[in-house]
Amino acid sequence: MAIDMEQFHQVFFEESFEGLDVMETGLLNLDNGDADNEEINTIFRAAHSIKGGSGTFGFQSISDFTHIMETLLDEVRDGIRDLTHEGINVLLKSVDCLRMMMTAASEGGDVDDSEVKTNFDALQNILGSESSSATEEISEPAADSTAQASAETVWKISFAPHKNFMQFGNDPARIIRELATLGKLSGHVDTDNVPEFTDLNPEDMFLSWDLELKGEVTKEQIDDVFSWVEDESDISITAMSSDVSSQTVKKQTDATVVKSEAVKAPVKAKPAAAVKASDKKEKSTPASSSIRVGIDKIDDLINMVGELVITQSMLSMLGEDFNMTRLEKLQEGLIQLDRHTRELQESVMQIRMVPISFTFSRFPRMVRDLSEKLDKKIELVMHGENTELDKTVIEKIGDPLVHLVRNSVDHGIEMPEDRLAAGKPETGTIQLNAFHRGGNIVIEITDDGKGIDKDVILAKGIEKGLVEAGAKLSDQQIYDLLFNPGFSTAAEITDVSGRGVGMDVVKKNIMSLGGAIETHSVKGQGSIFSIRLPLTLAILDGQSVSVGSDNYIIPLVSIVESVQPKKESLNMVAGKGETYKLRDEYLPIIRIRDLFNVPDAKADDLEEGLLVVVEADGKRFGVFVDDLLGQQQVVIKSLESNYKRINGVSGATILGDGSVALILDIPSLIRMSD
Amino acid sequence: MMMTAEQENEAIDQEQITEADQGEEYLTFSLANEEYGVDILRVQELRGWEPVTRVPNSPDYVKGVLNLRGAIVPVIDLRVRFNLPVEDYSSLTVVIVLAIKDKKDGNERIISVVVDEISDVVKAKMSEIQATPKFGSALDIEYISGLADADGKMLMLLDIDTMLSVSDMQQF
Repeated sequence: MAIDMEQFHQVFFEESFEGLDVMETGLLNLDNGDADNEEINTIFRAAHSIKGGSGTFGFQSISDFTHIMETLLDEVRDGIRDLTHEGINVLLKSVDCLRMMMTAASEGGDVDDSEVKTNFDALQNILGSESSSATEEISEPAADSTAQASAETVWKISFAPHKNFMQFGNDPARIIRELATLGKLSGHVDTDNVPEFTDLNPEDMFLSWDLELKGEVTKEQIDDVFSWVEDESDISITAMSSDVSSQTVKKQTDATVVKSEAVKAPVKAKPAAAVKASDKKEKSTPASSSIRVGIDKIDDLINMVGELVITQSMLSMLGEDFNMTRLEKLQEGLIQLDRHTRELQESVMQIRMVPISFTFSRFPRMVRDLSEKLDKKIELVMHGENTELDKTVIEKIGDPLVHLVRNSVDHGIEMPEDRLAAGKPETGTIQLNAFHRGGNIVIEITDDGKGIDKDVILAKGIEKGLVEAGAKLSDQQIYDLLFNPGFSTAAEITDVSGRGVGMDVVKKNIMSLGGAIETHSVKGQGSIFSIRLPLTLAILDGQSVSVGSDNYIIPLVSIVESVQPKKESLNMVAGKGETYKLRDEYLPIIRIRDLFNVPDAKADDLEEGLLVVVEADGKRFGVFVDDLLGQQQVVIKSLESNYKRINGVSGATILGDGSVALILDIPSLIRMSD
Repeated sequence: MMMTAEQENEAIDQEQITEADQGEEYLTFSLANEEYGVDILRVQELRGWEPVTRVPNSPDYVKGVLNLRGAIVPVIDLRVRFNLPVEDYSSLTVVIVLAIKDKKDGNERIISVVVDEISDVVKAKMSEIQATPKFGSALDIEYISGLADADGKMLMLLDIDTMLSVSDMQQF
């Protein structure tokens, strides 16, 4: 039965990319010196599965490349070789290279052959140098094989796959095709074991082969062809002529793969040209993203659906034969239905939640590379990697975070000698923190570097014409200047950062996710950038309010409180700006009816309506509405998909009665009223 | 008999016209006693008028948005759009939901227009459609792709992609 292997490619790529991440993390841990054997084992296992997978799916170049990494790792694991700092560097670069090859294979695109070759050679150099006992041992058969290669050999191969051979995704035809590429292949199929048609299970394997391979073929080459199936088949390879004729190797199924890998350790260096040829054949597949969900989350969902079904059947029984005496029962059922629906919704949303470690995991490597490049000493500390965020948010927050961390490394942390002179420890610390606060996720990037010099920024702002000279700005307003396009305070532009491209994009990205960024800094002591993000994008808790005949939704997260305004607390600033004194704070008032030109707003006098106190961008405002309606969860729908963006409105939602209500965008309302 | 080159060309033209001209169907509707038509393949559905949700800071001809099975769709009053006298909506007032292709960004959008009433579905052959005469710049004739004849009445065929695209809506 032919199985279409293409359908598994996506899974393979996803797993491989995960494997690469695991390898990278492991290697970085090794570098920090806190590695135990388990760490090396983890890296080795990741490399091994990538090699296995790529071999099965026919990505020969990737398989070959991983093989040499695996060989090196195996020696490290067995204690034959110590991994030096340089060794780790080479391995890290190889991981990058593999990632590049993998991307090229999955999305189509070119493989930088010289890059592959460089890394390949570097790995081989490590393997070849430092003549330990193991390398000598290994290089012997390698020499043999080259000697054999010159002579034309006839190999007799008996290949008997086990019954479950094809269930592991193996295809005997592929193996035979591959053998045929090595030399002249002949042989016959043994069909004795094939049962009657009625007993035939098409997924089982009943055939075996006796093959003769003629040509300049080494034993290693043949072994390679079978290397992925040796656990699932009996293979014997015998040389019929030439001086190695006596050598018969029979591999038994119980030999672990790892062991046989060690035997085959000699590296077969495929010329780069061959690498290219085989890669070119891979056609690009459109990448559709998928998500891995823990089985416990699925179980929760199934439980919830079960409950829902029970409630539904209860309600439908009630409905069949209903009279007013059972009204209470009906109400009870409806409350249950409401609760289950909400729980179900929460569980479904939970599926989209991914731990932020997906984003954080790239930083150790980045900080390491950057600090090496800049000759700085930096320690990266991460907390709250398991904080979960919506997948879309995770994907979009990556780049802004990279920018901020890079800025901290480049601008924040000083050179070691400057730090010592300032009485700080030589090694700077950058902290990444993720945690929940209210209905939001907060991500903080903290560094103990030189901090942000407000005067420099203000001077620069004035120079660029962003601020009028002599204007009095609050700290937050000064820091906000940093997020203007083209604003850079770096004395000189490096290739790391300083072009002023970025901070404005950072802010834009965060705002587009419905989040906000705040900056705190103390000169000489460091800075904190804190990013606040909504938990999820698709659904929000809202307070519906009415203004005239219009209904609007205010996101509950931005509401501080709602008050019934009193006349004596109302003040006018310069005759037109209204403020409301709430306790000791003067709140500017935003009137929705004026801002949105509502024609039939009921409340004109402040005492007739209600004031909803909202907070955004660190500022508090009072939003004046006619009345508060109810609180409800709303599903956010885009206005832009069929219409356009409206100032002050972040989207729309559909209410229970089918009508549309607009969701107010508090930060933009505040900007509109400025 | 040999045909002159000119005659030959003419003959080819004729042929091409008859080949391509199976005639397209247009949904026609009335607006203040004028007849308009839109390509029927663009029509998604017809609905009766129902109150919509007002959208602030929008041009006056955008009445608001409605819920079309979960999608938020803007509603445009064509009388206001064409500067025709405004009338109260009646039981005959119809909302036509149309699929348009935005000329600027190439995105498909769903929009809806309010018209007085639906008239008919007519077939108009390409050969019968006349170019819109130029009246200077006072009238929005750029949105009318041509004129056709429907039972003796003039039918203005609308180029909805141009008319309802970003052109004006995005200015606000």
